[in-house]
Amino acid sequence: MKIAIASGKGGTGKSTVAANLAFTLARSREVALVDCDVEEPNLHLFFPGSAVDVPVTTPVPVIDLARCTFCGECGKFCRFGALSVLKDRVILFPELCHSCGGCSLVCPQGAVGEVPRTVGRVACSCSLPALTLISGVLNEGEVQAPAIIRAAKLLAEGHPLTLYDASPGIACPVIETLEGSDACVLVTESTPFGLHDLRLAAEVAERVGIPAGVVINRSDGQDEATLDFCRERGLPILMTVPFSREIAAVQNRGGLICRDLPGWEERFAGLFDAIVRLAGVSQ
Amino acid sequence: MIVGITARAAGTDAPVEQRFGRAPYFVFVDTETGKSESIKNPLVDAAGGVGPRAVQMLAEHDATVVITGQVGGNAARALEAGGIKAYAYRGSGSVADALAEYTAGNLKPLPLS
Repeated sequence: MKIAIASGKGGTGKSTVAANLAFTLARSREVALVDCDVEEPNLHLFFPGSAVDVPVTTPVPVIDLARCTFCGECGKFCRFGALSVLKDRVILFPELCHSCGGCSLVCPQGAVGEVPRTVGRVACSCSLPALTLISGVLNEGEVQAPAIIRAAKLLAEGHPLTLYDASPGIACPVIETLEGSDACVLVTESTPFGLHDLRLAAEVAERVGIPAGVVINRSDGQDEATLDFCRERGLPILMTVPFSREIAAVQNRGGLICRDLPGWEERFAGLFDAIVRLAGVSQ
Repeated sequence: MIVGITARAAGTDAPVEQRFGRAPYFVFVDTETGKSESIKNPLVDAAGGVGPRAVQMLAEHDATVVITGQVGGNAARALEAGGIKAYAYRGSGSVADALAEYTAGNLKPLPLS
C-alpha cells in the first residue's frame, strides 16, 4: 500500500504527519518513508542516521558536429531554451533541459545524442530497525524535481507499505508523487490560505484519481469553513491535531509527538486505520 | 550589417523595449540599405528559457548587433558565443532613436561575461 501526504499550502504539517505516521507504523511492521520534497527534504531531521547515496542522472543532449548543419530545428523545438543554434555552433544549457528527448527526434541529421547528467541523489538510511528512509535531494539550481522523485519512489518499490511525503504546491513534483498512490492524506490548517490551497490539492487528487482524506492541523476548534468544504466534497476528516504549545514544543526540538506525548501513538494508529478504509485495500 | 532592436511594437517608430527575451517585437534594421523588418516575438508569454531562444532568432536573422535594455545570464552566454554584440539603450525613445544613438557611438556595450 502506498500513501501520499500532500497539502497544497506549505507549512501545514505534511512532514509532521508523515514522520509520526511512519514512526507509529514502524513499531509493528516494515515501513518505507520517501521524502519527495526534493527541493528541501527534511525528514532526516526526525530520523538521523548515516545514509547511502545513489546519484540520479537525466539525459541531456550532445551534438555531433560532424553531422550538424545548424538548421536550428532542435533550438526551435525546445520550449525550455536548452539549445541555442547559432551560425557555426550550438550552445547547450543543460540546466534548462527537461530531458524530453524532443531535440533528438526533430533533428533531420540524427546529430543529437544524449549523455547522462547528475541532477541530484537519493539518500537511503535505516534509522529504526523497521523504517527505511529514502530522501530525494535535488541539486541546487536544477529544475528536474520529478526525475529525483521517480528515482526515490523506484528505490522504495517492493516495500509492502510506503509513505510519500510530497512537496507543497500542486505542480509537477506533487503530481509525480501522487501517481500510483492508493490514498492521499491532505494536511491543512484552518486558515483562509489553508482552505484555499486544500481546495486546489483536493482537485489534483481527484484528477489523478486517488481517494483523499483530510488531516486538520493546528486546529483552534473553529474549523467550520474547512469542515463545510470537506462535507461538500465528500472528503473524510481523518484526524484533527489541536493548536497546542505542548505539541509545538515537541515539534520544535525535532521530536515526534507520537513518541514523546501520551496518547498520540494511538491516534496515529487510528489515522492509519482511517487511511486503509479510505483506500479500500486489504492489509 | 543587421542590427536587432527590442521593441514594444512593429516598425522603427515603436518605443524600445528594455527586456530582451520577452520583448514584444524584434526590429531588424539593415544599416546599409536602411530597410527594416519587424518580427513578433513568440516567446513573450513563454515560461522560461527565453534568452537562448531569442538569441537563436537574432542569429537566424543574421544580426551581429543587438540594442536592448538588459540581457540575462543565459542570453549573454549565447550572444557571446554567437559573436553578437549587445548595446544598452535605456532611453524612452523609438527604435530609430536608439539606432541613431548607436550609429553616433553613444551606446555602451552590455557586459556579456
